[in-house]
Amino acid sequence: MTFVNWLKRNLVVIAGLLTLAYLLLPNVVVTVFSFNKPKGRFNYEWQEFSTAAWQDPCGVSDLCGSLSVSLQIAFWATLGATLLGTMIAFALVRYRFRARGAVNSLIFLPMAMPEVVMAASLLTLFLNMGAQLGFWTILIAHIMFCLSFVVTAVKARVMSMDPRLEQAAQDLYAGPFQTFVRVTLPIAAPGIAAGAMLAFALSFDDFIITNFNAGSTVTFPMFVWGSAQRGTPVQINVIGTAMFVVAVLFVLASMAISNRRNKQKA
Amino acid sequence: MATLTEAPPPLTPTAPEKKPPRKRGRLVPYWLLLPGILWLLVFFALPMIYQASTSVQTGSLEEGYKVTWHFATYWDALSEYYPQFLRSVLYAGSATILCLILGYPLAYLIAFRAGRWKNLIMILVIAPFFTSFLIRTLAWKTILADGGPVVGALNTLHVLDVTSWLGMTSGDRVLATPLAVVCGLTYNFLPFMVLPLYTSLERIDGRLHEAAGDLYAKPITTFRKVTFPLSMPGVVSGTLLTFIPAAGDYVNADLLGSTDTRMVGNVIQTQFLRILDYPTAAALSFILMAAILVMVTVYIRRSGTEDLV
Repeated sequence: MTFVNWLKRNLVVIAGLLTLAYLLLPNVVVTVFSFNKPKGRFNYEWQEFSTAAWQDPCGVSDLCGSLSVSLQIAFWATLGATLLGTMIAFALVRYRFRARGAVNSLIFLPMAMPEVVMAASLLTLFLNMGAQLGFWTILIAHIMFCLSFVVTAVKARVMSMDPRLEQAAQDLYAGPFQTFVRVTLPIAAPGIAAGAMLAFALSFDDFIITNFNAGSTVTFPMFVWGSAQRGTPVQINVIGTAMFVVAVLFVLASMAISNRRNKQKA
Repeated sequence: MATLTEAPPPLTPTAPEKKPPRKRGRLVPYWLLLPGILWLLVFFALPMIYQASTSVQTGSLEEGYKVTWHFATYWDALSEYYPQFLRSVLYAGSATILCLILGYPLAYLIAFRAGRWKNLIMILVIAPFFTSFLIRTLAWKTILADGGPVVGALNTLHVLDVTSWLGMTSGDRVLATPLAVVCGLTYNFLPFMVLPLYTSLERIDGRLHEAAGDLYAKPITTFRKVTFPLSMPGVVSGTLLTFIPAAGDYVNADLLGSTDTRMVGNVIQTQFLRILDYPTAAALSFILMAAILVMVTVYIRRSGTEDLV
């Protein structure tokens, strides 16, 4: 009876943890299979333990090249989208202007549009203009779809800022530029950083829009897609696992730093 | 991803009042908006117009295309590809419902029951994003492999008999069936359901639960009358964030499905990139866009949540 009661009370916890397991299962599989030594061209069945792929992550032709293309595009797309998005976010929160509704829908719509529609329509534009598909068309597309997400992230932060802090700075004879650099920007920084991180992740992992507008340029997701047809090298799993570990360590480190800062302040 | 839905806490306990409009520098907002808005106009809005125009063109790759207002393309596309459209709605709809059923307990757990594990679980929900989604989707090929432990267990529990009867699987296989595609879609878009749900659950005042208990509401009644209605904004944005990308997806149908599970995204992709029939592809894409916009508008109107952005 007590067990039934316990079960009743913790049913939601158990269900939640099961969902979490469902979410994490593929990552476990990816990690385990990075130590596999597959028999054929595909790495779907477990054969035997091997660290060969970890010792030679760039051993497959074009893999590390595509990774470098993806990192470059993600870097510039993040820079562009964060800059343009932050400007829009400040304009939306801090100023009254005409056509606010139109601007808001222009920012909302790319997030509410299936990727394949944006991808296809952008391709018709590039085809009509006779643009050479490649690095630049991918970059243009990535800045376009990352922009809205940056605006949302930065807007949330700027909206929660206390305007009295800036008024105080001005009372203390800080000019508009000084106020912005010394007060506004540091307070908005977490929102801008969150937007930038989101943009980087979205750009780095994008497949659908890139697939339409890449021409013969191969990004990392496109390499994975191609290998799903031709044969999946174990090195893909190595890169996937390594990215996962690096990113989780990065998040944990930044959390530890902010925790320590909060403690120092307190 | 959390940042998209999770507004940072205000710096002061009292909400700061809206700043009065500045008089100086009346053009400043327009200069701030100009580059970004121009980018969206040229590379988001203008392509939509080009796509609409392409969809009513006729011609061939060699001779070039001309606008001939050939609206029959739409009719032809619809009559030829309506099964793929239906499949998209059906698969994306099932995945959305599954995401809601699976995601709600997890969001509830993070919001109310996780205690000091909250941050860790939050990280674990977002962590999969750090591995490319294509690699993770390919991992499902291993998990759902023929004769593997998952398929074996489903077989022993006679789950496959039920899904076979429903037409979701065929025989002893899960891979290359609708079930695999729906499973992949559910997996891929689950975090987009959990995060907004969590955000709206988090905002609920815990004292409301106590009050409901004090008024002799059973836990299930509390959930039905208090928690769930208050989490509606999360349910609405979660279902939209899941359904829209799922309806346009072609990755899961391609990697986990077969030719019998092709969705409208697959058709658009092949028409555009392999068959190079641009008018048909543009028409299909336009129909998908219109259908999604209509559905989203109706859904938001009916559920009465206007402030989604």
